[in-house]
Amino acid sequence: MSATETTEEISVRVGTICDGLAGLEGPLLPILHEVQEEFGFIPEGALQTIAKKLNLSRAEVHGVASFYHDFREEKPGRHVIKICRAEACQSMGADDLGDHAKRKLKVDWSETTSDKSVTLEPVFCLGLCACAPAAMVDGKVVGRVNKDRLDRILSEVGS
Amino acid sequence: MSLVKEVDYGTPAAKSEKTVTINVDGFDVTVPEGTSIMRASMEAGIQVPKLCATDMVDAFGSCRLCLVEIEGRNGTPSSCTTPVADGMVVHTQTERLKKIRKGVMELYISDHPLDCLTCAANGDCELQDMAGAVGLRDVRYGYDGGNHVKTRQNGEENPRYMAKDESNPYFTYDPSKCIVCSRCVRACEEVQGTFALTIEGRGFESRVSPGMHENFLDSECVSCGACVQACPTATLQEKSVIEIGQPEHSVVTTCAYCGVGCSFKAEMRGDELVRMVPYKDGKANRGHSCVKGRFAYGYASHKDRILNPMIRENTSDPWREVSWEEALRYTADKFRSIQAKYGKAAIGGITSSRCTNEETFLVQKLIRAGFGNNNVDTCARVCHSPTGYGLKTTFGTSAGTQDFDSVEHTDVVILIGANPTDGHPVFASRLKKRLRQGAELIVIDPRRIDLVQSPHIKAAAHLALRPGTNVAVLTSLAHVIVTEGLFDEAFIRERCDWDEFQDWAAFVSDPQNSPEEVERQSGVPAETVRKAARIFARGGNGAIYYGLGVTEHSQGSTTVMAIANLAMATGNIGRPGVGVNPLRGQNNVQGSCDMGSFPHELPGYRHISDDATRDVFEKIWGVKLDDEPGLRIPNMLDAAVEGTFKGIYIQGEDILQSDPDTKHVAAGLAAMECVVVHDLFLNETANHAHVFLPGSTFLEKDGTFTNAERRINRVRKVMSPKNGFADWEVTQNLARAMGLDWSYTHPSQIMDEIARTTPSFAGVNYDLLEREGSVQWPCNEKAPLGTPVMHIDGFVRGKGKFVVTEYVATDERTGPRFPLLLTTGRILSQYNVGAQTRRTANSAWHKEDLLEIHPHDAEQRGIREGDWIRLASRSGETSLRATITDRVAPGVVYTTFHHPGTQANVITTDYTDWATNCPEYKVTAVQVTPSNGPTEWQVEYDKQAEQSRRILPRVDAAE
Repeated sequence: MSATETTEEISVRVGTICDGLAGLEGPLLPILHEVQEEFGFIPEGALQTIAKKLNLSRAEVHGVASFYHDFREEKPGRHVIKICRAEACQSMGADDLGDHAKRKLKVDWSETTSDKSVTLEPVFCLGLCACAPAAMVDGKVVGRVNKDRLDRILSEVGS
Repeated sequence: MSLVKEVDYGTPAAKSEKTVTINVDGFDVTVPEGTSIMRASMEAGIQVPKLCATDMVDAFGSCRLCLVEIEGRNGTPSSCTTPVADGMVVHTQTERLKKIRKGVMELYISDHPLDCLTCAANGDCELQDMAGAVGLRDVRYGYDGGNHVKTRQNGEENPRYMAKDESNPYFTYDPSKCIVCSRCVRACEEVQGTFALTIEGRGFESRVSPGMHENFLDSECVSCGACVQACPTATLQEKSVIEIGQPEHSVVTTCAYCGVGCSFKAEMRGDELVRMVPYKDGKANRGHSCVKGRFAYGYASHKDRILNPMIRENTSDPWREVSWEEALRYTADKFRSIQAKYGKAAIGGITSSRCTNEETFLVQKLIRAGFGNNNVDTCARVCHSPTGYGLKTTFGTSAGTQDFDSVEHTDVVILIGANPTDGHPVFASRLKKRLRQGAELIVIDPRRIDLVQSPHIKAAAHLALRPGTNVAVLTSLAHVIVTEGLFDEAFIRERCDWDEFQDWAAFVSDPQNSPEEVERQSGVPAETVRKAARIFARGGNGAIYYGLGVTEHSQGSTTVMAIANLAMATGNIGRPGVGVNPLRGQNNVQGSCDMGSFPHELPGYRHISDDATRDVFEKIWGVKLDDEPGLRIPNMLDAAVEGTFKGIYIQGEDILQSDPDTKHVAAGLAAMECVVVHDLFLNETANHAHVFLPGSTFLEKDGTFTNAERRINRVRKVMSPKNGFADWEVTQNLARAMGLDWSYTHPSQIMDEIARTTPSFAGVNYDLLEREGSVQWPCNEKAPLGTPVMHIDGFVRGKGKFVVTEYVATDERTGPRFPLLLTTGRILSQYNVGAQTRRTANSAWHKEDLLEIHPHDAEQRGIREGDWIRLASRSGETSLRATITDRVAPGVVYTTFHHPGTQANVITTDYTDWATNCPEYKVTAVQVTPSNGPTEWQVEYDKQAEQSRRILPRVDAAE
């Protein structure tokens, strides 16, 4: 996607995705996933296109998209690190780990570093409670994360 | 008088015929199967605490307040979502339940402002009621944590706080008071069918969002107010309640806008109207409303309203305010002297479709008995007169066949030349509900109206025909039904004249009526027509709904008969879910036709030449009636121009703006010696008037309106007339001034006279209406409680009549000078000529009339969005702004006629329906060219209008 892509071009791409998936039963979520896959986020205007294609109201599509934190409104950094903040991980020091990451990256939760390299996101349970604290780096889960391990990960992703 | 409080049963009624008995807190209650425990309890008089449930929408089970315990079952299920089962023993108040409810309320209140005393909903807040009901005394969590209530928290801005949204002119959205019960969201979806609201975010971040986190005015919201009505707190609140306070009494009455005829509670504080709330027992609207009925009543107290009678010798003079006596004496003398000089037939009158049945009856009585001629007509002339003619010819009655509830049983709907989401919004909501349940829709309209496709609604077929080809397209539908053997032979043999059917069948089967041939004229692909015909004929209960797009053509009456043919051929008459349903435009246009407003018909559609009928009236009225039909509106105007028609009494109609060929109307009025306008405002017609009699609003009088389903609804006075008299009193006083001996003291006496003289109203009286709420005519010995569905065991005329509907194209043709076809319509927020709605905040949605033009036609002419354009026809020209849209097909342009500045009827021609003179508003050949602004005619017109509205300052007589 180029930075100068117009709303119309986005709408055409989103429309193509909709056409491909509209036949599914309950196609809205698969379409939102596919759009996020394609753009890295849900671009402004995509929801209107989806609403039109699926014959839903803007409100309905907005309601669904805003319910799921994973659907982003802005383009993320080149890498996405998610740190689990659920109960098991909290008990194993996830809060400290989160603070460490925020300090290191100079961002708050759900923000992207100024060089656009990393987006830091909270997540509530990755199903890795036995290996808490857990994280997810560009879609891959990582267990027993401590500050050292996190630093290593950060340096690997270039931050 | 007290506030009419309707019981909220919490969940909608179940429709099952099988009943179930359960025991609630020791009391047995028997209810239909499928009823919720909550509703069953309420029917036993036991109210289970609740917040997210209300009986206008389906159960949701989110507030966790309505939990109950059921013997033999585990846990505490929510009573709204749990259906009853035979023998169930339910407890609504146990220690366990009390504790849970208190806990739930504590959580709600921990994130709710505690400003009850200064809150607009104080006294009408379900959250407050529930806090009381569960005995909440303390909130253990305090108010310091995260919340949506405080603007600032710990010295910083509270990111969760959202300011009030005041964008909608009629209600506010205050997110800080929201308890996220979703009632508004569900009302918007289930009741209104717009889906403009959602809950965005999740958990503690959840909140109501119009559109995509927009404000209400910019969102998809159509301002019907169902959300405001559903809101249990002050989150969504009428601005009028915020300004005035809670009402203390209410009166049930009927809306004075469209022909749906919604029932409302007018909620009052003293003589001040606080708000209109749709009445759940209203059989037309079932508790729903649109933006006009609920909110647009501000015109009743608008500063433009004229409250004193006025006269002037010449229309170039300013108005002079006079006493009622002087105005009526002046009028009576003028009328009598005109008659002495030019003959009895030189005066006439026009009844109003906005006024009550009783008032209309009196106006035609004044003309027939007082003026001594039959020169009476009504605005139905310009809208549904072909319906009267067409349905009378084919079925035997001049009215729709069904009630609105019928749509709940419909499987396929054909919608022709109507735009219900804008023109008849509450019916549209009921139709959409049925469509969401799976019924199919076929739209026949040149324009892509909202019902063709809008959220959760998609028409199975859209026949986007060229304006003026209705008859050809309907006949081609019939062609498919007959040639493919899809007609209902048993029904036709039993109920219709078989020979006539065969003649008709032979006619429609002619290859020149095939969809393939008709496609050349109509532009509708033959395959679409074939598909639509098969869906309609095979789809189960088929109902046809239509509007002015059918009638306002030079073949209007033919089209109505073509519709009737189609319904009879498919056996779709005489039971719920089917029928032919004209969507009448105005609140009482059905009633004004019923009440003998046409020059050839006495009340009850009986011809004036019929001796027996005349005799009935002559005996009661004590006069001899003229047995010759009088003049129709266009004939009155023609006669005026010729110099033989000199005086007219016009009650509540603005013919200058609403009738075709404005210049001709103006010339006719200008040629008269005494034009009497009886209206709320100095309307456009009043620019040519000599006498102005101030009218009263529907809030200021008693009477009845008859809606599109023949339902006679009561109109009840909620305040005294600001002008001094209800309209029926004004007409009576004029009659007295003219020497008639009238002495009605209440409209109920007029209704009694109607019942005495008119067989279809024989059983109607105010006591019955009080008891039943409303009845549908015919209401007489045979049907003492009225007739929801007509022609059940046979047609009123005997055998249903198939009429051969030869298509004769209009003489109005496009050509090189006028290559486009103009068609006209209306928009949701405005009503008719806009006299009322333009004087309300509804103008926020529609400030001016726009010309819709297809991008292709616009580009050819170098027209961009919002440009001024000149719209010219063979009759005249006007200017307005353009909007570019593919709702209209190339070659077709569309506009509304709500604003006098636009003067859309300068453009329309004087072609009319062959049978009834109904003007051909829907087809005019036009050209569109860029322009710089209003035309000379518009500027001139504005000047003349301003000049003619001058009122002399009142000079009080010296003591």
